[in-house]
Amino acid sequence: MKRLAVNGDQAVALTWKQVDPDVCASYPITPQTIIVEAFSDYVANGEVDTEYVCSESEHSSMSICIGASAAGARAVTATASAGLAYMWEMLYIAASMRMPIVMTVANRALSGPINIHCDHSDAMGARDSGWIQIYGENVQEAYDNSLMSFRIAEHMDIRLPIMNCLDGFIVTHAIESLSPLDDEVAKNFVGEFKPVLPLLDVKHPHSFGPFDMPEYYYEHKYQQAMAMSSALSVIKEVFKEYEKVSGRKYDLIETYRTEDADYVAISIGSTAGTMKQVVDDLRKEGHKVGSIKIRVFRPFPYQEVAKALEGKKAVAVMDRAISFGAVSPLFADVRSAEFDNRVHARTVSYIYGLGGRDVGVEDLKVVFRELASGNAKTINYLGVKQ
Amino acid sequence: MISIKEMAEKPVRLTEGHRLCAGCSEPIIAKQVLLGTDKPVVVSNATGCFEVSTSGFPYSAWNVPWIHSAFENAAATVSGVEVAYTALKKKGKVKDDIRFVAFAGDGGTYDIGFQALSGAIERGHQFMFVCMNNEAYMNTGIQRSGATGRGAATTTCPSGTCIPGKREFPKDITKIIAAHGLPYAAQASPHNYKDLIEKAAKGFEAGGPAFLNVIAPCPRGWRYESPQTIEVAQLAVETCLWPLYEYDNGKWNLTAESKRIAEGKKEKRPIVDWLKSQGRFKHLLDPKWKSVADEIQANVDRKWDELLRLSKQ
Repeated sequence: MKRLAVNGDQAVALTWKQVDPDVCASYPITPQTIIVEAFSDYVANGEVDTEYVCSESEHSSMSICIGASAAGARAVTATASAGLAYMWEMLYIAASMRMPIVMTVANRALSGPINIHCDHSDAMGARDSGWIQIYGENVQEAYDNSLMSFRIAEHMDIRLPIMNCLDGFIVTHAIESLSPLDDEVAKNFVGEFKPVLPLLDVKHPHSFGPFDMPEYYYEHKYQQAMAMSSALSVIKEVFKEYEKVSGRKYDLIETYRTEDADYVAISIGSTAGTMKQVVDDLRKEGHKVGSIKIRVFRPFPYQEVAKALEGKKAVAVMDRAISFGAVSPLFADVRSAEFDNRVHARTVSYIYGLGGRDVGVEDLKVVFRELASGNAKTINYLGVKQ
Repeated sequence: MISIKEMAEKPVRLTEGHRLCAGCSEPIIAKQVLLGTDKPVVVSNATGCFEVSTSGFPYSAWNVPWIHSAFENAAATVSGVEVAYTALKKKGKVKDDIRFVAFAGDGGTYDIGFQALSGAIERGHQFMFVCMNNEAYMNTGIQRSGATGRGAATTTCPSGTCIPGKREFPKDITKIIAAHGLPYAAQASPHNYKDLIEKAAKGFEAGGPAFLNVIAPCPRGWRYESPQTIEVAQLAVETCLWPLYEYDNGKWNLTAESKRIAEGKKEKRPIVDWLKSQGRFKHLLDPKWKSVADEIQANVDRKWDELLRLSKQ
């Protein structure tokens, strides 16, 4: 099998090359920029037919993607942090217009203070915008998730935009070994884009984005909610089909040595990789610990999470984001999943790694130690200097 | 130039039944613009009166493909449609020869929509951006914009005992757009439909970005009686407050009445006629604020002279 040494951004750009979308609109922002730089090379060298638009802002990038998608084109973009924040208004509109736009988010802290490094506060803030969100742990997953994103977003039962999230710098800039699909296999897996009532069908004019009074707005939101909730089963189908072409098996969540574990940590993104090392190290010392990685965060896999936590003594939920005045996003969802399914593990929140604060194996061992000793508070700030 | 009879036989692209006010100039302008091409058209619309009133779900007054996504991004949205067209045409998935037009108010052009508009023009998309300039945020209830004239009373720059309406002159957005060096930009008025349709036709066929800034009298916001819309628009031109001109591939041309005024074949009316025609300026007729009326006249004269110089180059 072919192997490449590439970083996460280059891996995403490679999927775009293989998919050859009709339109790409983007604005540079660290740590996403390598994606659009690499893709610009493909455009400049005629390796794709994509119309590539260097927009004057992220707000316009998303607006261009919406216009292109409504017109009947497959549209992609990428952003991070402030760029995602600047798109905010259009995120909701893209979702409500049911535009299957594929966007890579290189997760980066939000200003202020300005900081270019990894945390999940950008995408977490957009969790209610109506976008599907999937997170990758490493370069391979960034690649695989990116390819699968097209199939998920464009599925006729869903037709919702999707964020393919990868950790800024940790995944976007780190060079790892990647096993890409052959171009033909990737292209066939994703397939042709099927427009729905495209604007460019001038013989059948349609109005997109009309004004809703209270008599209709609620129903349109309900339809969105139904599409989102039906996405879980579609995502699982897409994962299965991807396994057939790639040999790589994915699920909504990934459990690692959790079956007989007493103590479990749940995380998203690259931290889940470090967590596996931590679990292995602690297992060698005889501790019954395990790790869960959330791959699909929106829609949230409540049942799967609750099932994986049944019978555990204690659970640490790792949030690389902060929600001022409330519990952090992943923690809130995990506890909600437990409550509804009568899972009674003691569950605590760890906020960690904000603004790219490095979190290594030894830091994460502290989490399990505190869980096991009962010293963990309900809300913990891992490694913060007082 | 097509005759009125021929116009009446053209397909109706924006139908009756929309919910714009009686006397609103916007549907008049939009229909005139859409008469500027016989080719299929896709319309992008910024948030505003025009969008709200023509698209109330489950109805639509649009017989052509139409998209609204937000307020500040009519130009970006139409950019997206246009690049999709280029991409799909290249692949043989779209066969028609389509034209693209964006409609926005002055807020969606001069203020919040300016960045997206400037970006889209710089990128050279083939589209025409039409500003229907009613000189304030009318959809939200007549608030001041960057297009509001000096001295005009709005709900956020009311005429009070200390401040006589808006303190500033409007931005000269048509010149700012022309400074992008685009193929075609023009000012028009719905009272002269021939001039407007001709300009729209040039804009549609400009082969790149085009900009049409149209004065759009608003009976509600400007405080005049609904039947006077066309007369008020005409007055804007006859006072030279709103000169009719075009920037056509680098050349400045005065057109229609403005051309005749420049040639001395038509009287240039004093600005006080304009101020008298609308309730939003009525405080300026008080001797207390005469200096403001004088300033407005001086500014009109200065801008007019500048345009005369440009058109002679």
